[in-house]
Amino acid sequence: MTLRVDDLRVHYRTLRGEVKAIDGVTFDVGDGEILGLAGESGCGKTTLGKSLIRMDGRMRLAGGAAELDGEELPIGDDHRMNPFRFTKVSIIPQYSMSAMNPTRRIGRMVAELLRSRGRQLDTDELGRRLDLVELPREVLQRYPIELSGGMKQRMVMVISTLLDPSLLIADEITSALDVSTQKAVARTLVEFRDRGFVRSMIFITHDISLTYQIADTIMVMYAGKLAEKAPAGVIVGEPRHPYTRLLISSLPEVGVRYTDRRLAGIPGEPPSLLDPPAGCRFRDRCPLAFDKCAEEPPVVEVEPGHHVACWKA
Amino acid sequence: MLRLDGITKIYKVGAFGGRTMTAVDDVSFDLRPGEVVSLIGESGSGKTTIGRMILGLTSPSGGSITLDGARVTPGKAYYRHVQGVFQDPFSCYNPVFKVDRVLQMIKNEYFPGVAASEWEGRITESLKEVRLNPGQVLGKYPHQLSGGQLQRLLIARALLLDLRFLVADEITSMLDASTRIDVLNLLADLKSRGLGVLFVTHDLSLGNYISERAVVLYRGQVVESGPTEMVFGNPLHPYTIKLLSSVPQLTTKWDGASATLRDDGPAAPSTLVEAEPGHLVRQDDAPTRLRSVS
Amino acid sequence: MTAVPARRHEGLYFAIRNGKLLAGLVVLVPLIVLAVAGPMFVEGDPNAYVGIPASSPSAEHWFGTTMFGQDIFAQFLYGMRVTFVVGLLGGGLAAIIGMVIGFTAGYRGGLVDEVLNMLTNIVLVLPALAVLLIVNAYLGIRSVGVQALFIGLTSWPWAARAIRAQTFSLRSRDFVDLARLSGVRTWKIIVREIAPNMSSYLFMTFILLFGGSILIAASLDFIGLGPSQGVSLGLMLNNAARWSALHLGMWWWFVPPGAGITAIVGALYVTNVGLDEVFNPKLREL
Repeated sequence: MTLRVDDLRVHYRTLRGEVKAIDGVTFDVGDGEILGLAGESGCGKTTLGKSLIRMDGRMRLAGGAAELDGEELPIGDDHRMNPFRFTKVSIIPQYSMSAMNPTRRIGRMVAELLRSRGRQLDTDELGRRLDLVELPREVLQRYPIELSGGMKQRMVMVISTLLDPSLLIADEITSALDVSTQKAVARTLVEFRDRGFVRSMIFITHDISLTYQIADTIMVMYAGKLAEKAPAGVIVGEPRHPYTRLLISSLPEVGVRYTDRRLAGIPGEPPSLLDPPAGCRFRDRCPLAFDKCAEEPPVVEVEPGHHVACWKA
Repeated sequence: MLRLDGITKIYKVGAFGGRTMTAVDDVSFDLRPGEVVSLIGESGSGKTTIGRMILGLTSPSGGSITLDGARVTPGKAYYRHVQGVFQDPFSCYNPVFKVDRVLQMIKNEYFPGVAASEWEGRITESLKEVRLNPGQVLGKYPHQLSGGQLQRLLIARALLLDLRFLVADEITSMLDASTRIDVLNLLADLKSRGLGVLFVTHDLSLGNYISERAVVLYRGQVVESGPTEMVFGNPLHPYTIKLLSSVPQLTTKWDGASATLRDDGPAAPSTLVEAEPGHLVRQDDAPTRLRSVS
Repeated sequence: MTAVPARRHEGLYFAIRNGKLLAGLVVLVPLIVLAVAGPMFVEGDPNAYVGIPASSPSAEHWFGTTMFGQDIFAQFLYGMRVTFVVGLLGGGLAAIIGMVIGFTAGYRGGLVDEVLNMLTNIVLVLPALAVLLIVNAYLGIRSVGVQALFIGLTSWPWAARAIRAQTFSLRSRDFVDLARLSGVRTWKIIVREIAPNMSSYLFMTFILLFGGSILIAASLDFIGLGPSQGVSLGLMLNNAARWSALHLGMWWWFVPPGAGITAIVGALYVTNVGLDEVFNPKLREL
């Protein structure tokens, strides 16, 4: 098991109080597994990704622990996390277009980055990886501003996986890209995994159909909690949680005619995480809600590898 | 009927406008009452520029836009019938004012004589059409509402006028999946009331869901257009085929062939040919430019 | 957040609950009252020699006297009035010119922008103080009004540039397009849609121009090109400096005018931050 996260709680400090962005999430990611983390805006997926590598100033670890390759990951301690970053855990940020130092040639920046981790730059290996993402090796002689958005994205992908981290977190990295580029980038991530550049990966996106294309397992989050986690095919084909079902049935598909048939959205909005309601958080929007939902549903493994937090599942 | 005929937009770029960049190149199509036309393209395809030219926010460099045969002059009279909704709902509201202001502006400019009580009735009416509860949205600041609510309110604003055509530019791309479909359904409602909707999008599945006809743009040119079932069911242009094969779907996984990561070359001179009735396809050397995906 | 009362009084509701705004006004309002009403209670010429030279503050002369026996309190009251007038007229004029040019250039863009930008840059590189010197010396006009006029006409360029840049970025926001789609006229879009988004910024610009005018006026006063009659805070400060008040330990000569200028500009700044919170609904809730 590469990553094990146990009852993780991360809060955001705001002037109006603490926003419980992640409120007790437990899951693990196996060797060679790509975990797709899906959910709507504000469900905590980006916070979860960030908390595993670097909490920003407003975030606070309110509880729980993480373990990587059997070793404790000190996620609440910014200083002790340092040796893990980039070597063991790496991230491709949401706005990776601006993640590179504009005043350094790319090659020099990469070399400096590696030196700061006490590693030597393996030029041949770097070249091979650039070939893989179809970047010419001359990019190392150029400044970031000379690259197009898609090229920068690929460069950041290569840099963040250069030390073969155990865990790669890819946060909405394709949402700013066109469909054809999106497909290529997603494919490249899978290839990185297949070639062992990264052991396992958390692929964060709001787009379930995209996750389905590359992820082995999909974890759906709702309002800071885990709603459902199962192999990708099961989530899409036989979802058990009402939220997952509604979410999937609201997605229009190419190749289907919708002459008279209408799809339906999910009425209502997610609850405020400043002071979340007791019980199931999806209760107010759920068509199946009944009395018992006033109690919080535990995450239950209904079938091997299929976890659901719902009384009706 | 709103008709675009040979619309072109050339931007001057570089110092002293020495070089030019063709954003939209000889685009023609029309928008009829009671139908949704999807304008599909990736970034840089010129789809947003076309929407802005229809709305008179950008002036075309060539070609003509006509409404019922009369050349369009952007102004109050035109905006009574043709309105727009944009991508970023938060940017459409002045952050220092309450959201009611977008409705008040319509009253000030178009209906100064209407009594306050009657106006309130009209607002309630048009909010009902977009399924908004007046009490939940009126008197609020933009940041207090969700993106979906803001987009609906903008549609309600347009409905206060004698609306005939609506340009909807990527109006769902910043919304969550669960609310996106509601806004799309709303457009379908407008369509059944006889409105013509131009649905500008990069998302093929949304275009497929809602439109009668589709126009696919590539680098400012129409590469394929026609009834939605023809364009999506029997795509003929390599670019359309490539786009369709890249769309992530829930029923099937991507096929084995890898898509290219590289950009494609510039467009070559070419013409639109009618492949089947109403289905236009651009004939050019595209097959060699776009690496085959099948 | 407590319930917000009637819509119309909402601004006021938040205004009276804003500490910064109140603190700024608590300093500012008495100073203005003092400057407007103060001189009425001081008889005669503030420059008259009325007491023992260089005496420290006493019951008779609250702020002491100058090297020549002038009452510093009387000078302070008159000087404050003149300072406010110069700041208000000079800063106000510069702000108006800067706004008209900045908004027009930023919103219109294109050729209009280039022409206005050129004008702005020309005025910007003029050595303003030197021009003021020459004009002042030639025309020999020494009234507060004319001094303010010259200051106003030369100090607007940076304000125009700043406003132009802000307008330029706001203009591309969708709500401006939406106003255009509602048939709203250009000038109305500028005044009612764009300007309110930078109201606190405009106020800040005015404050800086206000302070700048006061300082330029003080410099002119120093080299003998100020108003030939009367007194200003700048003139007081420079008189104090010229007669080495600092070395002689006559703190009462330079502290009041210095504190006066600092208090005026500082209070305006704090008020500005407070107003920002009142006008910006996003800052309100935090």
